[in-house]
Amino acid sequence: MIINIWLNGRQLTREIEADLLLIDFLRNNGCYSVKRGCETSNCGLCSVLLEDKPVLSCSTLAARADGKHVYTLEGLQPQAEEFGSFMADQGAEQCGFCSPGLVISVLAMEKELNNPSDEEIKEYLSGSLCRCSGYMSQLRAIKLYLDRKGAQEYERN
Amino acid sequence: MVSIERFVRVKSLAEAYELNQERMNTVLGGFMWLKMGNRKIENAIDLSGLSLDTIEETGEEFSIGCMCSLRTLELHEGLHHAFQGVIREAVHHIVGVQFRNGATVGGSVYGRFGFSDVLTCLLALDCYVELYKGGIVPLHEFATMKSDNDILVRIHIKKDGRKASYQSQRITRTDFPIIAAAAAKKDNTLFISIGARPGKASLLIKDDCLLDENSADDEIAALAEWARDQYKYGSDIRAGQEYRRHLAFVYVKRALQEILRGVTA
Repeated sequence: MIINIWLNGRQLTREIEADLLLIDFLRNNGCYSVKRGCETSNCGLCSVLLEDKPVLSCSTLAARADGKHVYTLEGLQPQAEEFGSFMADQGAEQCGFCSPGLVISVLAMEKELNNPSDEEIKEYLSGSLCRCSGYMSQLRAIKLYLDRKGAQEYERN
Repeated sequence: MVSIERFVRVKSLAEAYELNQERMNTVLGGFMWLKMGNRKIENAIDLSGLSLDTIEETGEEFSIGCMCSLRTLELHEGLHHAFQGVIREAVHHIVGVQFRNGATVGGSVYGRFGFSDVLTCLLALDCYVELYKGGIVPLHEFATMKSDNDILVRIHIKKDGRKASYQSQRITRTDFPIIAAAAAKKDNTLFISIGARPGKASLLIKDDCLLDENSADDEIAALAEWARDQYKYGSDIRAGQEYRRHLAFVYVKRALQEILRGVTA
């Protein structure tokens, strides 16, 4: 079957097998930030934005993305770099394996939640598992990052 | 891994129903659970072009399209206020936001899974399923029906003013529940459902319930014991039969306390 996808702002037309998963479609098209983790829809490593919402690309058929906008870290470089560098500066990263999925989730959370509480952050990110269980350092850095972004926004307005 | 020969985005429910009569064809929900299987599917029937992904609210009911995501259900303010946040409580533990953006309410209910938080919760409400051929069927009847080739189109939840509570326990936060319990009360009728036993949830109705906010803990506990004893429990990798039986009592009691007194003890 033929599908049309807006991948990171660029329109792609591809012939695919009906059971091709979105993760494979994305990797076949050069988006290597999207990684396969658990394959049981649990770990969040394969998260991408589909119509601005975070979804698990390992559990989404590529056919279902037909006519839709998909964003991976490759298409969100400035934002991903800003957050990723902040995490590194804060010493909040460990092995980095979960980072691609976590970054996507944090960027989605930033758009969806306004000034989230600790509990809201933990809940929003509960589908992004860290193999090193480095959750506390992640939470600390994410809170600081959001505070800083909020302050910048406040100054601009 | 599941294999799919053709992906068919149907243009009508009639087309979906016709395709679904063939044994090798299947309707796609969120694809979360289906993808874990090992099936060979000839035609995967996709309903996402039929505008069934929204929640409509009227004065009498909520009408929820089968392709509505669990995340949409979770965030719907009308549902939240009408049922004291019980639906949000039932779904917000399910894996993560990314999962709930993909999983559909139709898939959850049609599957009648033993582990289903959604089924357990909705059973305690005045809930109906709308089937393409079968018409509107009370959810508690649908939950006991054998799977057939009909299409679940919508779920209707009546705004009948019942107060409801949902409780569950998991080994880890985003895992399947090892017990799930929901209770609701309307006038003197109590509606209780217990799921993840690990069998699928079913509904228990108790008329002439005279418990109210002044009822003693002993009276509430006696009712919770009675409810617990109406169900069978089993063991699996997550929890043993006796443990589940005990938890069923604890969580039904908490649910009753919440709907009678507005607080969980």
